[in-house]
Amino acid sequence: MDQIVSVLASVVGGLVISFLIYLGLNFVIAKSGRRASVKLLPIVFLGPVVLLLVVFLLVPVFITVYQSFLKYDQYGLSTFGGLSNYISLFTSGPFLQTLFNNLLWIIFVPALTVIIGLAVATLADRLGPRREKTFKTILFVPFAISGIAAASIWSFVYYYSAPGTPQVGLLNSIWVSTTQSNPIPWFQDQFLRTNSFLLMAVVIWLNAGYAMVLLSAAIKAVPEETIEAARIDGATERQAFFRVIAPQIRTTIIAVGITVLITVMKVFDIVFAMTNGQFNTNVLGVEFFNQLFSFQNPGKASAVVVILLIAVIPIIAYQIKTYREQEALR
Amino acid sequence: MTEVVPTIVKTPGARVDSRAQPLNMRGDRAKPRVLLTVILGIFSVLWLVPALGLLVTSFRDTTAAKATGWWVALIDPARAGWTSQNYSDALSGSTSGTGQSLSSEFLNSISVVLPATILPIMFSAFAAYAFTFLEFRFKEAYFAVIVGLLVVPVQIAFVPVLQTFQAITKATGIPIVGTAPAVWIVHSAFALPLCIFILRNYMSTLPNALIEAARVDGASHFVIFWRLVVPMSIPALASFAIFQFLWTWNDFLVASIFIPQGNNQVLQQGLLGLLGQYQQGWNLVAAGSFVVLIIPLIVFFAMQRFFVRGLTAGSVK
Repeated sequence: MDQIVSVLASVVGGLVISFLIYLGLNFVIAKSGRRASVKLLPIVFLGPVVLLLVVFLLVPVFITVYQSFLKYDQYGLSTFGGLSNYISLFTSGPFLQTLFNNLLWIIFVPALTVIIGLAVATLADRLGPRREKTFKTILFVPFAISGIAAASIWSFVYYYSAPGTPQVGLLNSIWVSTTQSNPIPWFQDQFLRTNSFLLMAVVIWLNAGYAMVLLSAAIKAVPEETIEAARIDGATERQAFFRVIAPQIRTTIIAVGITVLITVMKVFDIVFAMTNGQFNTNVLGVEFFNQLFSFQNPGKASAVVVILLIAVIPIIAYQIKTYREQEALR
Repeated sequence: MTEVVPTIVKTPGARVDSRAQPLNMRGDRAKPRVLLTVILGIFSVLWLVPALGLLVTSFRDTTAAKATGWWVALIDPARAGWTSQNYSDALSGSTSGTGQSLSSEFLNSISVVLPATILPIMFSAFAAYAFTFLEFRFKEAYFAVIVGLLVVPVQIAFVPVLQTFQAITKATGIPIVGTAPAVWIVHSAFALPLCIFILRNYMSTLPNALIEAARVDGASHFVIFWRLVVPMSIPALASFAIFQFLWTWNDFLVASIFIPQGNNQVLQQGLLGLLGQYQQGWNLVAAGSFVVLIIPLIVFFAMQRFFVRGLTAGSVK
């Protein structure tokens, strides 16, 4: 009962306070003259947002960059350490492995996600509306599933129990019955980074539906006449796809790839819940969390996230550039 | 589920209306295509098998779930050990070592998710209106900053915000970290760039003549905003609300930074706690997973139309 009261307090309180802010601002506008209100209006409409963004995003970016130069001792006291956090990260073998893992994620996950999404979108497009909708919905369902729930679902698939005991994990059950060998503890299997790839499969499973939805919309926007024209000229289905459809949906493919790429760069909950970065599966998102909480080292955690930010900067530049070009077309 | 930034697509020339399209434009030449149906059918089954396995397991008792794989339960349903005990255990928390119950975490999640969904929409709608219909200096530059912020990894802000919350608590004695408001205010702030971006894109498609006419009639911007623009923007507001609801419901990262484990933790944290005890049997983890999943799945199936439209509206123009 207490809990329900506090839930209500949290919800109602938050909403009422924010509403009062705008009511107050509205009052200011109403009291000011018409001349003054022209200048005031943008401030009133944008003020709360600018304040929130500055306090919660922009200023913290600079503080984080500054903190990445701080050295914390075991009592939580900090001194200026210059590049010491970065040096200690880049000279540690495990951290270089972490970076390498992130690189693998960046290379494989966006590409495979787009390929699966594109394949289903293209193939389902050739079926009747009902079947198309069914298949597309099935592919899209995991998009609504949380990272932790997905981690539970897939940890069960990859589950290992000792040889001789019943294998209730699907993968080991198939493995044992087909190869007649011992079950494999998949999360510890570092051969060719099998464990990392098994984690990537989960993220692909979550995101392929998203890629499919966008790509499917793009494919349907391709003018039918261009495809018909190619067919009349004797193009095969394959040629029609690669020479006519693919070039026309290229920009969507790139955009979807970039979106998945950004998701993948900061991947956290899947890896955290399934292996916690052990057995050489660590990624930057998990490293940040563990530096902050397990090692109580905000300085090093900040350095990790600054490295992540630097990696994202080219994408930020690309997004702004694309947006500008888009605006020019409006 | 992953938070998705909007896909900004370069559109060379042709603008295609993605709203009114039937599911299959080329339906006229759609043939039975048996082979293709079979291939996609097998693929679909494989796609759902992982989730199906957990669903089946969530209804089996511990002994049965440990003794045989879930597929055995489907082949031989008579000896599968069916039970609904797992769900009542997970909800009441009677078997979990931490004493946490998913039903109380369910309420915690709601107290985070509702403000975190409504607030950013309210704030962003005002900002999007300003970016669309008001004139002020450096407007384009400000909006470019918003576009840039879409991509900035949120982790960059966690350490300073956490430290600030702790400092405020130290100075005033008001607990912040570990409470729902700490999480929803952070969620709200981080959602702003995307929400502003989506709403502004939508508002710029509204008929300008209508707003001009209202101006001429002497309506103030506040009146135009509430009476004209907000009602006309309902589709965009609704589709963002659905996304934001799902993201905050499914969020683990922000919650685990700002609510340490304990009485106030949200569902996703509770599920992770259950996952940590999988050695005691997958049946309890399985039931917990579906308690966590049920709301997003209902939203997904009920709102699928909105969902797809919201995704494609921002990109395929």
